[in-house]
Amino acid sequence: MEDREVILDIQNLRTTFSTQEGLVHAVNGISYQLHASETLGIVGESGCGKSVSMLSVMRLLEIPPAKIMADGIYFKGENLLEFPDHEMRKIRGSKIAMIFQDPMTSLNPVLTIGFQIEEPLKLHLGMDDAAAKERAAELLRLVGIPDAESRLSDYPHQFSGGMRQRAMIAIALACNPTLLIADEPTTSLDVTIQAQLVDLVKKLQDDLGMALIWITHDLGVVAGLAERVIVMYAGFVVEDAPVDMLYEDPRHPYTFALLRSLPKINEERGDKLETIEGMPPDLVGLPTGCPFAPRCAFAKDKCRKENPVLEEISLDHQIACWVDVKTGELR
Amino acid sequence: MTKNNTLVRVEHLVKHFPITRGIVFQKQVGAVKAVDGVSFNIRKGETLGLVGESGCGKTTTGRTILQLHKPTSGKVFFQDIDLTEASEGTLRELRRNMQIIFQDPYASLNPRMTVGRIIAEPLEVHNIGSPKDRRDRVQELLRLVGLNPYFVNRYPHEFSGGQRQRIGVARALALEPEFIVCDEPISALDVSIQAQVVNLLEELQEEMGLTYLFIAHDLSMVKHISNRIAVMYLGKIVEMADRDVLFGNTLHPYSIALLSAVPLHNPAEERKRKRIILVGDVPSPANPPSGCRFHTRCPIAEKRCEMEDPEFREYEPGHWVACHFVEKAQQKMK
Repeated sequence: MEDREVILDIQNLRTTFSTQEGLVHAVNGISYQLHASETLGIVGESGCGKSVSMLSVMRLLEIPPAKIMADGIYFKGENLLEFPDHEMRKIRGSKIAMIFQDPMTSLNPVLTIGFQIEEPLKLHLGMDDAAAKERAAELLRLVGIPDAESRLSDYPHQFSGGMRQRAMIAIALACNPTLLIADEPTTSLDVTIQAQLVDLVKKLQDDLGMALIWITHDLGVVAGLAERVIVMYAGFVVEDAPVDMLYEDPRHPYTFALLRSLPKINEERGDKLETIEGMPPDLVGLPTGCPFAPRCAFAKDKCRKENPVLEEISLDHQIACWVDVKTGELR
Repeated sequence: MTKNNTLVRVEHLVKHFPITRGIVFQKQVGAVKAVDGVSFNIRKGETLGLVGESGCGKTTTGRTILQLHKPTSGKVFFQDIDLTEASEGTLRELRRNMQIIFQDPYASLNPRMTVGRIIAEPLEVHNIGSPKDRRDRVQELLRLVGLNPYFVNRYPHEFSGGQRQRIGVARALALEPEFIVCDEPISALDVSIQAQVVNLLEELQEEMGLTYLFIAHDLSMVKHISNRIAVMYLGKIVEMADRDVLFGNTLHPYSIALLSAVPLHNPAEERKRKRIILVGDVPSPANPPSGCRFHTRCPIAEKRCEMEDPEFREYEPGHWVACHFVEKAQQKMK
């Protein structure tokens, strides 16, 4: 379906961390492609590797303890893993930008908001002080902060949570990135502020045409935002589908159960929520076989022995599972 | 509503936290008006959901009801006993009947105590049973909340977030209370674990006839668990009604906006629905706006809203709202 250019092509990415408890397998061989101006949602619970996979792409993990292995992470045809550090630094914040979950800890508390927005402008675009300042004010206005010129000299603590996240977005957009990665940017914020930010990012994406990867654990946010969704579990991609297909016809038992564990809109009081028993597996000693098998209502003997790979089951819809959730039998 | 059906009655509850200046000669220069005149009843056996954004005073309300904060003014009646006037001794006795489950399962369990001691502590404080009885009771409680009784000698760090929250539930149940304040018990948990804890709370309510005040900011979960829901904004309740009425016939502009901001798990509906985006942030409770506190962000505010604080009135039977322009909100915002 895609004639748009592929801008990010991740091939078999594996990330491990060596810790005292042993080798943590955070990301276990994920592959996918992202097209220009596409919006991709990555959904999963804490510890499923959704953030680590993005930090691996940005090469923001400390090596060691982290170890990043992949057949290639191609950004516009160039393998990011082969870039020397100084080349990578030119990509970060200019071509690929990232906004983080906690806007308080990801802004520097002792530097003004203005300084922090101007920094990428001067470093990547070589602007002088006056031009950078003017552009910084323009960016703050763009993300909806009133009285932008005077707020440039404020420090992060003078901003509210929602405004800090707006400032983060302004920094990320400073150099017109091709790809914006948003790592749970609204998780620590209230729903009305979340609605403001989702609205803002959508509008900015329409205007500026960048591609967007939105990482979250909230299936609701992704529903209204993404074109395509990837569901992760224990460091694996378990389902990859266009957003409508995923919500109407989830085919992996994990996605299936996750969507059913949410309260329904028209339910009666007293209806029980469906649950997924147990907990996600320990990433140090991953079970052989499918990582979801111990919690899966459909699990068969085969699931406990062999780990399924991601396969296309219909156009653009991929799952990693041996079972057909419609019949409960092996596919 | 008959009076003896009411378990908890809150009347004009106010809690202000003083802001002081100076170190030696402290003088009060202002107050954070966390809860500013809140009244409601909780009936026996029901779940009242209390929702609102961070800083709206919902947690303070829960804690002030239990007298964990001393209220600035107002009354709280539990089984027709005025808690605000009760002596320390009476309060301690009454606390057997009212317990709390905290938000953060990581911070609310003492890391140096075993699970057995954590759950037995309320029994020890109230001098209930012999040490052997207590040990048996702890095992029974662990089974009740779905944990293996064999875990009794483990420490909190050996458990996952969902399991820790179950320990918090077991501790709250140790004294067989009638009333439990659930202060955002699922906010810190993963989606697949949230449903487990919510189901547990519902099962326990059925079995033991518990009454809950369920505090949360996740509206869909609150709707799932509550009989009635109260919406708070900046220290005041702006709307209160049965769950289906609140969701089906929302009256207050803030509630309408709040409901419209909740993401739906349905891409097609999500794209076509009308979303009301509120401008700006919640004002500081240290210096709340004049008149109606929502007027600075309200899309339908008029001059009157700046001057006059709307009365919390019964708009239709059982449906309470504090807004001057309920009809206008219905026309303009829906």
